[in-house]
Amino acid sequence: MAKIHVLARAPQSRRKEADPLVSDEPSRAKRFERIFLPHLDAAYDFARWLARDDRNAEDICQEACLRAFKSLDSFQGESGRAWLLAIVRNTYYTWFTRNKPDAAAVPFDEETMIAAGEDGVDLESPLGSIDRILQERDARRRVNGALEQLSQEFREVIVLRELEDLSYKEIAEIAKVPIGTVMSRLARARKLLLQHLRHTEES
Amino acid sequence: MDCTETQRRLHPYLDQELDRPSALAIDQHLASCPRCKGVFATQSALRSGIRRHADYHHGAPRELAQRIRARLGTEPKRRWQWPQIGHWLPMGAAAAAAAVISWTAAIQYASRPSDEMLAEQVIAGHARAMVTSHLMEVASSDQHTVKPWLSSKLDFSPPVPDLASAGFPLAGGRLDYVDKRPVATLVYRARQHVIDLFVWPEAKPGDARTQALSKQGYNVVWWKQGGMNYWAISDVNAADLRTFSEAYANAR
Repeated sequence: MAKIHVLARAPQSRRKEADPLVSDEPSRAKRFERIFLPHLDAAYDFARWLARDDRNAEDICQEACLRAFKSLDSFQGESGRAWLLAIVRNTYYTWFTRNKPDAAAVPFDEETMIAAGEDGVDLESPLGSIDRILQERDARRRVNGALEQLSQEFREVIVLRELEDLSYKEIAEIAKVPIGTVMSRLARARKLLLQHLRHTEES
Repeated sequence: MDCTETQRRLHPYLDQELDRPSALAIDQHLASCPRCKGVFATQSALRSGIRRHADYHHGAPRELAQRIRARLGTEPKRRWQWPQIGHWLPMGAAAAAAAVISWTAAIQYASRPSDEMLAEQVIAGHARAMVTSHLMEVASSDQHTVKPWLSSKLDFSPPVPDLASAGFPLAGGRLDYVDKRPVATLVYRARQHVIDLFVWPEAKPGDARTQALSKQGYNVVWWKQGGMNYWAISDVNAADLRTFSEAYANAR
């Protein structure tokens, strides 16, 4: 019986030798698994919202995990989730620049984007309508549609805030912008979402 | 605190990022200013709308974690790995008994049918009930009738919410046989269509994300929640079946 046991393990050790990523540190892999794999769902969902495509989200997520594993030694024990999400974001932007060079070449103009359409949304007007929109049977489609039409700079802050429930500080670190910018992007993103939801209501 | 200042800080207030004195000042202003209160209510409604409806926490596909583990060499030991009998020998009879139990569990786990096979069983169960007009053994729109009937015949008690308000009134229930065990089948109506929901517990607790497939003209949606398997099947379109599964999952 002991012999069978040895045979069963043999292929595993061969593969380990063949894969340079694994090297000689199984404890590193265990540490990675313990700290980051619990956040794989969050990583995947975030990648999915950035790339807006299941297949690409998987690739981005897998690549991000490998990157996270390689730089595991620089992890200082802060939030594993925020750390992994930051890597997902970096990986996404690398992918984005490579695959959508035209779109990536357009710089995000913070001031114009934040200021654009400052007027035009009446925040005080009908709570009733937004409440009703969100009660309707196609609310899911509408909310997703509204989130999808946001530019990625706005989409990422709103997703991290509302769906990952991260603090401004964590979002600032992930998105690599000051906290004040997180705040103004959130305000703007919410305004655009309201605008979009009401617009689809009218049309 | 005036309106301008309140609205300037409304987002950090909503996000609970303000220090306590500032938050209190805004509390006070909102209590006395219907205009600002309206703005805040709109933002709150938007927030709960996003949190409730946006696609999220479907979870990563199971294969993704497996692929990553495989790359990192951290995948769990193979299901068929031989139990470490040699290691247990000195521990005596109690350990031997434990070995038998875990061995049995391992066999059951390893021989768990694939989703594809389960889908076929579920489709067969549904189709059989439709062609033999044997859709329900307990016909009632009352969840308090259907649930006790099922509980009395099974070794578990499935959640039986009435989803009439979501457009899926309960019609009744019956027993089926899936995954080598008796299972509960809840019958719901969706306009002129029938949705069968097969429910049975699984040894391994936990949740699994919703998956869907289309086969033989039927749509099938399945997920796992709180250690229970849920398989919904119908000839309604995929989007409606998805809506149904969400309504059920939220109501249960």
